[in-house]
Amino acid sequence: MSCKLYVTRSASVAARKLGDEMLIMSGRDSTLFTLDEVATILWEAADGWRPLDEIVDEKICGEFEVERGEALQDAIALVEGLAEHGILLLSNEPPGEPNSQGQIER
Amino acid sequence: METENTVQELTALARAEITIEIGGVAVRVHSTNGSFLEMLERRYAGFVSFGKRARFEFDIELAEPSGGNADAELRVTWDSGLWRVERGDFAAELNPLTRRGRIRQSPNPYSIDAVFRILHTLLLAREGGFLLHAASAIRNGKAFVFAGVSGAGKTTIASFAPADATLLTDEISYVRKDGDGYTAFGTPFTGELGKLGENVCAPISGLYLLEKGPQNRIAPVAAGEASRAFLANVLFFAEDQELVRAVFRSACEFVDQVPVHRLTFVPDSRVWEMLT
Repeated sequence: MSCKLYVTRSASVAARKLGDEMLIMSGRDSTLFTLDEVATILWEAADGWRPLDEIVDEKICGEFEVERGEALQDAIALVEGLAEHGILLLSNEPPGEPNSQGQIER
Repeated sequence: METENTVQELTALARAEITIEIGGVAVRVHSTNGSFLEMLERRYAGFVSFGKRARFEFDIELAEPSGGNADAELRVTWDSGLWRVERGDFAAELNPLTRRGRIRQSPNPYSIDAVFRILHTLLLAREGGFLLHAASAIRNGKAFVFAGVSGAGKTTIASFAPADATLLTDEISYVRKDGDGYTAFGTPFTGELGKLGENVCAPISGLYLLEKGPQNRIAPVAAGEASRAFLANVLFFAEDQELVRAVFRSACEFVDQVPVHRLTFVPDSRVWEMLT
């Protein structure tokens, strides 16, 4: 049985979208991250209640010419990398209601 | 005899404190060591304030290093209502409510200089301002800010400033949000030039990301690159998530409001012909 993976933006970061990319600063250690267009799409969709595979289906495969398995594999690698830096939170179940953590500055 | 006593008391009082004003913020330092205060008076010449109400006050406790790790890295933490600032050569704390603090250090000018920088980064973080790794100067009533890492040319461009320019700093610029714009203030924080800035201020007309090259050229910088470059040059030390987020938001706001350019320059005085 495969587990769903839910992704949530950390509340300890500040983020701002500039064009197609996203600048994110970790409040924990002031590290600055820049996400490219695809990573930005995943980041924006990481509301905690939608599983990652559904996000990939809707936001990535629906918009880009990419094979689903490959896209999902890349997305998992990306969110795990971001989670290691504490700017995304991962879980196997939704944390609850959609939240506004990691509010994006616009 | 009574007059003599009064004079002695006033002299003692005069030697017991000094007020140093940077970026319009006066900080009073108390010490029982007159020679230490005289050393500060020389070190911060031009930034010593008289008769101005201090926004913060620090008691200095002069002591030789305690034998701990002299190379311990800087830590700025919030603990039980106090900002605590520690490095191998000093320990300081500040109560932001009472606006009083104390600094324990040996009698040297470098430790208190670090405390001042950190204090101002904390203050500015709440007010939309920054200390920046940047040289800055005023010309024709406008402040030009030149940001860059070591070797990018901050000291070089400052050293070639023409006679009609006023140097604010060759190393650390003081940027304060001022209504819809930003103002740069002079600082006593020096780089290789070893020359204190003038204690004056002016509205910022532009931020220039420095790069030495074969010709003088000014080019616009896209928002993403400008924000990254700006943030890379902001001085901020506190381990505080709320303030880090505030600095990030302020940096994005600065880049929204102030023109950011890439300034490639040949290291001679001709670059200033482009900056009027």
